[in-house]
Amino acid sequence: MRFHTVARLCLTVCLVPPGMAAAGSPGLAPLVQTLRNVQPEGKGHLAATSAWAELTEQAGVDDLPTILAGMDGASPLAANWLRAAVDTIAERHLHVNGTLPTQGLEEFLGQKKHNPRARRLAFEWIARVDPAAPLRLIPGMLDDPSLELRRDAVARLLTAAEKSLAEKNEREALATYRKALVSARDLDQVKIITEALQKLGQPVDLAHHYGFVQDWMLIGPFDNHGGKGFDKIYPPEEAVDFAAACSTPGGTLRWTRHHTDDDYGAVDLNKAVGKHMGAAGYAAAEFQSVARRPIELRLGSENAVKIWLNGKLLASTEAYHSNSAMDQYIGRGQLEPGRNVILVKVCQNEMTVDWAQNWTFQLRASDSIGKAVLSTDRPPPKSGADQTAAKANKE
Amino acid sequence: MTQSATVVVRTAIVLLAVGLVAVGAAADWPQFRGSNSNSVTRDAQPPVDWSDPQGRNIAWKASLPGRGPSSPIVVGSRVVVTCSSGINQDRLHVLCFDAESGKPLWERQFWATGRTLSHPTSANAAPTPASDGKLIFAFYSSNDLACLDLDGNLKWFRGLAQDFPQAGNDVGMSSSPVVIGDVVVAQVECQGDSFAAGIDKNTGQSRWRVARPRESSWSSPVVMRGAESGDDAVLLQSPLQISAYRADDGKELWTYKAACDGISSAAAVDGIVYVPSKGMTAIKPAGSSEPQIVWNAQNLQPGAASVVVEGGRILLINQAGVLTCANAADGEILWRTRLDGEFWGTPALAGNRLYCLSQKGTAQVVEISADGKRGEIVGTGQLDGVILCSPAIVSGALYVRSDGHLWKIAAP
Repeated sequence: MRFHTVARLCLTVCLVPPGMAAAGSPGLAPLVQTLRNVQPEGKGHLAATSAWAELTEQAGVDDLPTILAGMDGASPLAANWLRAAVDTIAERHLHVNGTLPTQGLEEFLGQKKHNPRARRLAFEWIARVDPAAPLRLIPGMLDDPSLELRRDAVARLLTAAEKSLAEKNEREALATYRKALVSARDLDQVKIITEALQKLGQPVDLAHHYGFVQDWMLIGPFDNHGGKGFDKIYPPEEAVDFAAACSTPGGTLRWTRHHTDDDYGAVDLNKAVGKHMGAAGYAAAEFQSVARRPIELRLGSENAVKIWLNGKLLASTEAYHSNSAMDQYIGRGQLEPGRNVILVKVCQNEMTVDWAQNWTFQLRASDSIGKAVLSTDRPPPKSGADQTAAKANKE
Repeated sequence: MTQSATVVVRTAIVLLAVGLVAVGAAADWPQFRGSNSNSVTRDAQPPVDWSDPQGRNIAWKASLPGRGPSSPIVVGSRVVVTCSSGINQDRLHVLCFDAESGKPLWERQFWATGRTLSHPTSANAAPTPASDGKLIFAFYSSNDLACLDLDGNLKWFRGLAQDFPQAGNDVGMSSSPVVIGDVVVAQVECQGDSFAAGIDKNTGQSRWRVARPRESSWSSPVVMRGAESGDDAVLLQSPLQISAYRADDGKELWTYKAACDGISSAAAVDGIVYVPSKGMTAIKPAGSSEPQIVWNAQNLQPGAASVVVEGGRILLINQAGVLTCANAADGEILWRTRLDGEFWGTPALAGNRLYCLSQKGTAQVVEISADGKRGEIVGTGQLDGVILCSPAIVSGALYVRSDGHLWKIAAP
């Protein structure tokens, strides 16, 4: 045993570079900055490859918070270079020493100003050497900016609610599920919660909870044979005027009102506009805001789509029948005080196979981590069960 | 035997031995379908039966932290496999194990920078990584490409969707990269930004990029060996054509225009390209002009698994799970046998035994007679889990992964 300890000590002395023990070693900042400078197309790679080797050679575990902080505001590419450095340094130290000092990592984790992914990474290294850490840290992360930390916190609530149900304590279960609903962002967790609340006699207005737009003005079909309509500028792209008529070779088109009651805001254009192939349709919605604020318009469709907010193109994808999902495409823009106009173009192609007949879309408005942002003139939720969530969303 | 006959036999043995060394070089399985993109090794004889539940012929079994239809690769004494995890499949893993013991050596993780949606049966870690023996190139459906050395040190990281934001397919991409000389070739074919890129393996910077048809494709680049190593070309297959490019500068060498399969990939053996097109079509490249058709057999229809060509025979599994062996010279069917199950992974040929792993984890080992005229199931194996990968075979061992585990199958 003593020999083992001595051998480990010798190994540590031999393998750990001199700079490892120094917290926030002064020479690291330029190396971190070099990694932050990487650009698409491989720009900055030559310098970054050398800097990465030097960083992982020089830095020790006490420097991990410094490197993690380097991810603040870093590009997704740079964050990956930095992440690999963090993992390499931590893994090496753990391999040699059998454990990691966690105090610096835990302090970093506690500072919500930092990159959410960097904080999650810090948490995972803490949890790896301190099995009690999740129990200590996760319950306080229900409203964390890191969706992964938040997800773990919600999962704990779901476990607690199930336990309450098993103990026939429906009142406690109901309160816990409601609390979980406010924080939950991931679809699978929201489904579990809403199904449980439904069974407890408290249905949730999912469309309201998620912020799906349910009231639209629709116009179509415009020509999209051969996909040529995708980039063609039809009148709705020039001005959204619900009173205007559009002349097309197929006849005169007018805007029509459409409401969807679908839980996930699905609009079926085959039903609302008519079954057409090689066609383009537009959907427009008014959205009231009290202030100027960032907004994400999150769209799901298996058709080719474009999204505008107040005339500005936010997202464009020309892919047909390649899957669809909630929040599939995200357009980031700014809401202006008062009336805003969301415009969506949904193009259908001419494939004849069964699986290519859908001409649908769904769209919701949210903040950057998926919390619903509701138009201020939106009616209250259908049911009273999610008043708590609705109130939280209005804040 | 006369003296001259003895010399001929000796010469044949020497040539055969040279051939063995050339094919099995470092006894690695460095990329999807092995060194020559053909799923063939001659110097390995894994066991013909095994059982995961009973532990029979299971040398080791390692847990994986994420999902992935990607296949394991073997580089020297290391086994490398990729996974993806997270509710949005946006966490990318590269794991390295000691081939002998199964001990985890290192793990690196990255965050996806491109699209991560896929069909539920697939995952972000669908493409198989590739290696040149010193570096590992881990590629993902999100079009992220990480280069690490064998000890897990990052050399570079590219997010090809950062360069081309419309690159991606929400059903999932699955094309596996190949390494030819100093270039890693990544094929990104979809309805959006569609291209193939030759990326300098040492710097991660693009040496060349060619536009590709804007259609979804899941097939992988294929190495076409030239007379000299510098003559190696890469074959890129799309739904309406297959083309050859010089690997070092991306110069197009030839294109064969025809409807090709969107999933199963071609094989190039001894100057002939076997293309899953209108059934199967064998073509012979002739300079820069369109290749000549050697034969076409519409009754040879590969399913998702790619073809295996070896010893003058072509082996393929169709969508119904029927294994067919045909004469590679003319496409004539030699024999057929029905296998149990559906097959996504490409079978691997070790000597005269073909290892076919079904989606349900059932393996069937088919032994091909010396004259090539018969195929017989001589063993079976069972693994717990859905198997979508193509096995890697090295030194008498078979490496297979599921969404949850990586196995080494070898006799004790």
